[in-house]
Amino acid sequence: MRNWRPRILLAKPGLDGHDQGAKVVARALKEAGFEVTYTGLRQTPEAIADAARAIDADIVALSSMAGSHISFCERLKPLLDDAGLGEKLWIIGGNLPKADHPRLAELGFRGIFPSSSRLEDIVDFIRSNAP
Amino acid sequence: MTVRPNPAIGPVRNESGIEIKPVYTEEDVRRSGGFDFVGDPGAYPFVRGIHPLMYRHRPYTMRQYTGFSNARQTNERFKYLIANGQTGLNVAFDLPTQCGLDSDDPLAQGEVGRVGMAVDTLRDFEIAFDGIDLDKITVSLTINGAAPQLIAMYLAMAEKRGYDVARLRGTAQNDILKEFIGRGTWIYPVEPSVRLVGDTIEYCARHAPKYSPVSVCGYHIRESGANPVQEMAYAFCIASAYADEVLARGMDIDDFAGRLSFNFNVFGSIFEQVAKFRAGRGLWAKIVKEKYKAARPESEWLRMIAGGGGGGLTFEQPEVNIVRGAYYALIAALSGAQTTALCCFDEAYTIPSEYAQRISLRTMQLLIEEMGLSDTVDPMGGSWYIETLTNEMRQMMEGVMREVDEAGGVVKLVARGIIQDKVSEQAYQRQLAIESGAFRKVGVNCYRLPDEEEVDVKMHPYDEAETRRQIASLDDVRVTRDHDAVAKSLKDIGDAARTGANVMPAIVAAIKAYASVGEITGQLAAVYGRYREPAML
Repeated sequence: MRNWRPRILLAKPGLDGHDQGAKVVARALKEAGFEVTYTGLRQTPEAIADAARAIDADIVALSSMAGSHISFCERLKPLLDDAGLGEKLWIIGGNLPKADHPRLAELGFRGIFPSSSRLEDIVDFIRSNAP
Repeated sequence: MTVRPNPAIGPVRNESGIEIKPVYTEEDVRRSGGFDFVGDPGAYPFVRGIHPLMYRHRPYTMRQYTGFSNARQTNERFKYLIANGQTGLNVAFDLPTQCGLDSDDPLAQGEVGRVGMAVDTLRDFEIAFDGIDLDKITVSLTINGAAPQLIAMYLAMAEKRGYDVARLRGTAQNDILKEFIGRGTWIYPVEPSVRLVGDTIEYCARHAPKYSPVSVCGYHIRESGANPVQEMAYAFCIASAYADEVLARGMDIDDFAGRLSFNFNVFGSIFEQVAKFRAGRGLWAKIVKEKYKAARPESEWLRMIAGGGGGGLTFEQPEVNIVRGAYYALIAALSGAQTTALCCFDEAYTIPSEYAQRISLRTMQLLIEEMGLSDTVDPMGGSWYIETLTNEMRQMMEGVMREVDEAGGVVKLVARGIIQDKVSEQAYQRQLAIESGAFRKVGVNCYRLPDEEEVDVKMHPYDEAETRRQIASLDDVRVTRDHDAVAKSLKDIGDAARTGANVMPAIVAAIKAYASVGEITGQLAAVYGRYREPAML
């Protein structure tokens, strides 16, 4: 068993203020033994890339409830790539209509967790896929 | 023969933590405090209702939360709902508007018109409410951080259309403390944010005394993880904080308490919910009478919207949410809410369709028209179970409020993130209980479909072209307005904020000169600073 603790940056992109889910997921990830930094609300793409680089994140996780995920992720992707985080695990959860999943995958989000996902599924996915 | 309790039946607790007995008798009511604190409808302590005749006189106002894209499209939906018998409006704004940003702000990119109507200047309100009789249809604005601008905009729009602002009714949500606990559309740090709420209450008391400048929301605190007792107790702590802010300016409680209103959530046990509303009505009346020494009975009224809450609805088998909504509306009616609204069955997926909104509206209508809910006041009153729960929940609410006071008051606890942390921990425990099956949700952890099939929900389209139109319209206003009047009024806002004067007169002048929401936010933020939520490890 690996004894390192994957570092996760959990971010709330854009203006969306619905953080109940993000905070619940943050607690679950901590309980599971990950090192979690939760950015708080109102993060720009630049702020998320900077924060991920600053903590040398193994996993970048977004929680988006207000529908702007595609346009946000399109702006975030090149910034994460430029920050040297292209090989890390990117995941996203929230109100993510099925029709948007292929585009999110294309943008590099390997884990997509729409509303009603289970906490243990999120934890298991990260355990199996963390770099 | 001795009847022994079946050991297989464990203790049952409601969400607030009260152990529920298998049978209630008059003795339980007596032990919990008796019938002393019930009274008659329309009389202190108003447990049975704030009016003597309640729905006999006027059924609840039906006010679905509505707004998307821009003012023109939202106006069409408003008219559709009114044509279908809706009796009030509750306006949803997009996130840039809620955060006090203009549609062309870089931070607004991708978010304009997404979750509500985009508003930049008075021109948008003129279009949004065009053709709607503001005397017949009361309007509730779901706006918090940017409430000073949008209250000013509503008053200016109404005045321009010839309404007497001194007689104008309506409501703004304008409860910034709960935004820090849940929902998140704060702009400035906590303390100046509370001062701004005070400015709006004071301004409306003097200039628009029929307008309700604040609707204190337990609703979102409940969505964030609070139980029903905490939902009410925290809301009353917050309402008291606003009252204290205004009283410190030398106003009399009776000048404004009658226009404070409340917004609560409905989901969970029917009986716990009905008892919650009855208990809350009594407790708020007691606080206003005993602590604040109000003289007018209206000051003691807990006027409220009880909204069928999204927190109870499910992503799974969304059509079952129609049934949940019907029970939530029943609870609102049994509880004597002044206004009700229902989250729509498709709302976990999308902006509700016309179809989904019409179903919600019909649900509320049929309770009144077919089911006898307006025939008599407080039909649950006198039930030994309900009266006992009402007493117990009121006492628990008082306990929660005492804890908050002893810990330094709600403003301090919110500024330090302590209430946020508490409700968030509860939300986590609830999620674990749902995932383990200990807390039952039909379709989620029991009675699931073998294969969750594709659901039949029509997704609301998002049109980027509407964003460009919104920005073009803002550009047009910026070119054609009176530049000197805008510059002067914006400077006045900054000056008022710096000297600690009430900023509302200057904001009203700026809005009338077609200054934008974002320009006004900029003036205030230059003085107050902008709030930043700390990162958490």
